[in-house]
Amino acid sequence: MKYIPDGLRRLWHRMGSPRWFYETTASWLPWLGGAAALLIAVGTVWGLAFAPPDYLQGDSFRIIYIHVPAAYLAQAGYILMAVCGVILLVWRMKLADMVMTAVAPIGAAFTFLALATGSIWGKPTWGTYWIWDARITSVLILLFLYLGIIGLRRAIERPEAAGRACAILAIVGVINIPIIKYSVDWWMTLHQPATFSVTSAPAMPPIMWVPLLLNVLGFNLLFAVSVIQGTRTEVLVRERRTRWVSELCLRERA
Amino acid sequence: MSFDSFGDFLAMGGHGFYVWWAYLLTAVVVALILVWPVWRRRRFLREQRGRLRRSRALGGQTGSSSDAPET
Repeated sequence: MKYIPDGLRRLWHRMGSPRWFYETTASWLPWLGGAAALLIAVGTVWGLAFAPPDYLQGDSFRIIYIHVPAAYLAQAGYILMAVCGVILLVWRMKLADMVMTAVAPIGAAFTFLALATGSIWGKPTWGTYWIWDARITSVLILLFLYLGIIGLRRAIERPEAAGRACAILAIVGVINIPIIKYSVDWWMTLHQPATFSVTSAPAMPPIMWVPLLLNVLGFNLLFAVSVIQGTRTEVLVRERRTRWVSELCLRERA
Repeated sequence: MSFDSFGDFLAMGGHGFYVWWAYLLTAVVVALILVWPVWRRRRFLREQRGRLRRSRALGGQTGSSSDAPET
């Protein structure tokens, strides 16, 4: 840390302060929440009512507008947890542990949603609610990894030890993310390949993919709101013995 | 508009059952992940306030509630 400029180091330390996080993020939430609601409202109404039906799947393809954002966040949430795990193990930043704790149930919820909406979509499209296909099985493993991390945290009493154990499990489990991503290329599968890619234009017309993009962005903001709320709660619980939390408890009407 | 009538919109070309179940489930899960942390924070504040008041009434000092359970 010797060659890092002083200002940057101070910013890093301040960002690592749970109290700073709690006080700063309060004003972000209405903006993030408002933008999320707007994007999701436009994306969902557009996707449900204005996008044309798919020429093969008919109207059942409209499930894509919630399935893709959920599946995307299921994986992004896991990567976020693993990054927090690295920060916790390398820099011992307590806030990273709090974010990791907050993300686990939210990521698990999105993974469940990705599996459930995919299963419902599978019935009219593939003729079955469930199949032990590479993509679906690897996402189910992702759900178990999330549940494992939630369970591990509850099983270990000392928060420091629980944080380190969860960090290691989160980091090891990241191997599942490229498996999910490439499962549709490596194995014979019913699942269709990715809708969006960085290198090529989408195969859909804009009237179909723009609402999907809006919903992906909106769900990202929604995820951010939820993670920030969860982390704020975690900050209070973990810092409850400090003077500032005591004063806040007596001051704030809940 | 991709549909001729509201009835057509609800029917979703015969796939209404699947589409609406998927959207309903999403709405429920999204509501839960938004409400749950807020609810948990409120409960913590309420309980912690009670603990602080009790410890003050007993003449203890602020923020000494080491018996606070994990919420």
